[in-house]
Amino acid sequence: MPVLDFGDALNLALREEMRRDPRVYCIGEDIVLGVPFGVTKGLAEEFGPARVRNAPISEAAIVGSAMGAAITGLVPVVDMHFADFVTCAMDEVANQIAKSRYMFGGQISCPLTLRMPYGIGKSAGGHHSNSVEAWFVNIPGLKVCIPSTPADARGLLKTAIRDPDPVLIFEHRGLYRVTGEVPEAETLVPLGLADVKRRGIDVTVIATARMVGESLAAADRLAGEGISVEVVDPRSLVPLDREGLAASVRKTHRVVIAEEGPMRGSVGAWLAWVIMEACFDDLDAPIARVAGPNIPIPFSPPLEAFATPGAADVVDAIRRVVK
Amino acid sequence: MYATMLRIRRAEERARELYAAGRIPGFIHLSIGQEAVAAGVCAPLQRDDYLLSTHRGHGHLIAKGGSLRGFMAELYGKATGCCKGKGGSMHIADASVGYLGANGVLTSGCVLAPGVGQSIQMRGTDQVAVTIFGDGAANRGPFHEGVNLAALWKVPVVFVCENNFWASTTAHDLSTAGGSIAARAAGYGIPGATVDGNDALAVYLAMESAVARARAGEGPSLIEARTVRFMGHFEGDPQGYRSRGEVEGGRQRDPIARLRAHLEEAKLLDAAHAARVAAAVEAEVQDAVDFAESSPLPAPEDALQDLFVHYPWSD
Repeated sequence: MPVLDFGDALNLALREEMRRDPRVYCIGEDIVLGVPFGVTKGLAEEFGPARVRNAPISEAAIVGSAMGAAITGLVPVVDMHFADFVTCAMDEVANQIAKSRYMFGGQISCPLTLRMPYGIGKSAGGHHSNSVEAWFVNIPGLKVCIPSTPADARGLLKTAIRDPDPVLIFEHRGLYRVTGEVPEAETLVPLGLADVKRRGIDVTVIATARMVGESLAAADRLAGEGISVEVVDPRSLVPLDREGLAASVRKTHRVVIAEEGPMRGSVGAWLAWVIMEACFDDLDAPIARVAGPNIPIPFSPPLEAFATPGAADVVDAIRRVVK
Repeated sequence: MYATMLRIRRAEERARELYAAGRIPGFIHLSIGQEAVAAGVCAPLQRDDYLLSTHRGHGHLIAKGGSLRGFMAELYGKATGCCKGKGGSMHIADASVGYLGANGVLTSGCVLAPGVGQSIQMRGTDQVAVTIFGDGAANRGPFHEGVNLAALWKVPVVFVCENNFWASTTAHDLSTAGGSIAARAAGYGIPGATVDGNDALAVYLAMESAVARARAGEGPSLIEARTVRFMGHFEGDPQGYRSRGEVEGGRQRDPIARLRAHLEEAKLLDAAHAARVAAAVEAEVQDAVDFAESSPLPAPEDALQDLFVHYPWSD
């Protein structure tokens, strides 16, 4: 199987979908050169400036125009540049894209994909580093996916583009240069299907994006102590594979939920309730959570490191629930 | 245009009575007095042209040819409303006539329209996208972002500012710098025109040339139509912020009476013809009210439908 990095897998997905469907186009700031993460690099050469649209720094117009195009026959893929900037287009995302189909009684469909480069790292500071997926999970009308591997990134992005509804795909910028096997054949990853990244019997770690890799590292460390860790990646948060998560918990009876975003009001809090509701009688210990502190992401390296949950935190949480 | 304006006027007058009688829930924002803008903007449009509207969008929907029955039933929150009762007055849409929605958030249409124009351009049709917004909305950022993008892309979009000089209860002079909204077009290198929004023919003529320009691939235009809102911002608004004289002055320039006088002068309309038009409009509006009254309310659990195409649950 060919090995690609996460960013190139996304690039491949865009290329494949743009070749397949002439209605698909990309729009965003600096996307012709693919700055800053290289995901859209080279697409303009193949598809031209009308389908790889370098937009002005106008987030509301980028997202709003994409919706206008989507409800009248095109299939836009919007690059948000940094997910933090979505606040400048929050009306378009939260009020327009999310609600249009519903408020119009199903008369229109909005097949729009919003690529959300996000996450902590490299001292980018408070306006370029936050994990904001929880904001959107709370908005009815949006589908939200969050891949952790190159293969999932390609498969989920392709599914998102083909989906008739608005889909946000959260791409952790710390994963862009992480490599992995990507099937040669065109593969779609369905929304609402969790993936077991590592099998184990003592504890289930439900982790998203960068925290999947951190949880796998934690599992490696604990294997030497005789603790067998199962790592499950929901891959999409809306819709959510409740049954897939519950099946793992019914096997292991212990749960750790690991995410990067702030602890309060988070996706992990929601997942904990989902597990509690589905598996209360199966749980042998309270659910433990690993998440970021409730602060904006600071700049200075030691401060940023403090705000970054990692494998060691997952190890600690697992020890707490299996003791 | 005369029949359209009358249809809007009578539909809204009936809505007003029915709202006062408690038959219509929520809030309604009436456009009585502004009918010439709706009629003049929509008259040069084809059925498959697109219109994005404001929270005061009843007249725009009716002028675009939206179903009166669907409109009235939607105001009632009935299952037969054009949005199945999920939108209501402020979010009403009728995609079958290219009416892509009233909008509860001011200016939103200004950023959607360039994308509609882009889709027209990429699909290679000769359609046009029109977005109507108020004077208050012209002070929000998305107005500038949208006009800039449309001008940059040279897409077939007409931006229409329906200027009734009140942003809810805040006067134009206290909210709008520069005095003229049409003048803002110059900053983006597109044509800007100010017209008397109580004169349906003036609105029509400005619109006709903007639409022709858009269809010819020459890009967007901005029209500022200055008009008078006869009613309050919303029904029940006591309007302590403005003088009685302002509305009375507006009524003397009633766009319907004005167009009628013009048509009579040009020998295009006589009393008998006008009576026939009025009777036909009355019957249509009555039919819509009867339809709304006799339609069923949605089943409560229908609230969980229409969120997504694929997933019929609200999760």
